[in-house]
Amino acid sequence: MAKNSSTQEVSDEFKSVTETNSTNEFSLAKNLKFLLVGVFFGIVFVKAEIISWFRIQEMFRFHSFHMYGVIGTAVVVGVISVFIIKRFKIKTISGDEIKIEPKTFNKGQIYGGLLFGFGWALTGACPGPLFAQIGSGLTVVIVTFLSAVFGTWMYGYLKDKLPH
Amino acid sequence: MLEFIKQPWAWYVAGALIGLTVPTLLILGNKTFGISSSLRHICAACFPSNISYFKYNWKKEAWNLFFVAGVLIGAFIASTFLKDPNGFVVAEKTKTALQQNNVNDFAHIAPTDIFSWESILTLRGFIFIVVGGFLVGFGTRYAGGCTSGHSIMGLSNLQIPSLIATICFMAGGIFVTWFVLPLILNF
Repeated sequence: MAKNSSTQEVSDEFKSVTETNSTNEFSLAKNLKFLLVGVFFGIVFVKAEIISWFRIQEMFRFHSFHMYGVIGTAVVVGVISVFIIKRFKIKTISGDEIKIEPKTFNKGQIYGGLLFGFGWALTGACPGPLFAQIGSGLTVVIVTFLSAVFGTWMYGYLKDKLPH
Repeated sequence: MLEFIKQPWAWYVAGALIGLTVPTLLILGNKTFGISSSLRHICAACFPSNISYFKYNWKKEAWNLFFVAGVLIGAFIASTFLKDPNGFVVAEKTKTALQQNNVNDFAHIAPTDIFSWESILTLRGFIFIVVGGFLVGFGTRYAGGCTSGHSIMGLSNLQIPSLIATICFMAGGIFVTWFVLPLILNF
């Protein structure tokens, strides 16, 4: 943390420069770190076989502990991480306070949650693995992905008519 | 070392690495982990169609699109260069249950007797590929997140709505697997 505060001045200066350039949100330089986290994440998805339709089937059939272990460990590590970030008021690399928006309950979490569950059992993929399956060469999943984009659009179109 | 990486990774290794994505994204730029929102940004960018839900500055969320592009690239790298030469093993009970329902390919990441370009035009393929995809996109937005946004990010921040959503994801998936799949697998 001490190191962080000593570089504060520099990073603030840097921030003002990048902010004036913020019209270019798509710059690779600005987003490279997120691309790399994604690459790492994609590798984990494949190597832990989370992108396998069969692993999801095993989970819903209670025939294997694998997926429960993966998600359970991820949640435990996530809970501890968020606790540490809040407890020690850890800042971002550019010195900002870390904020996590709380989720508010609405009935969409039930109806939408069930509908997504139906789709998860069919496709064997939540949105992350969809991208990873395409990257792994299962090209027909491009259709699943486009259909998911259409589903998202349809939700936006119908949003005000749906119970929330 | 490479041989070691090529083996399937244990659940606790993968789980811990996925969990670490939460603080990594927060510390790198105050980003909350979530993948399904990328689908919304794609709609907002390509077909906003004057729908209020898609009228926002999606360019500010560009990081999310770079992130999912990275997932695709990472999956390509892992499945091309870090492939496990032994293939993977499906749990025996799951294999038997699926074989009884006309699923015969267990050598790929998904059964190619359902997930192939040829099968899209069959009723069975259409339901799995097209209807399934639609439900994933529609359901995740309706629920306000998916396995990453709710089950991992939301639960990490001890959010009750995320717990409710996660329970519904599982309930929906279990219902379809046990009661609907036996019907449509036999179409």
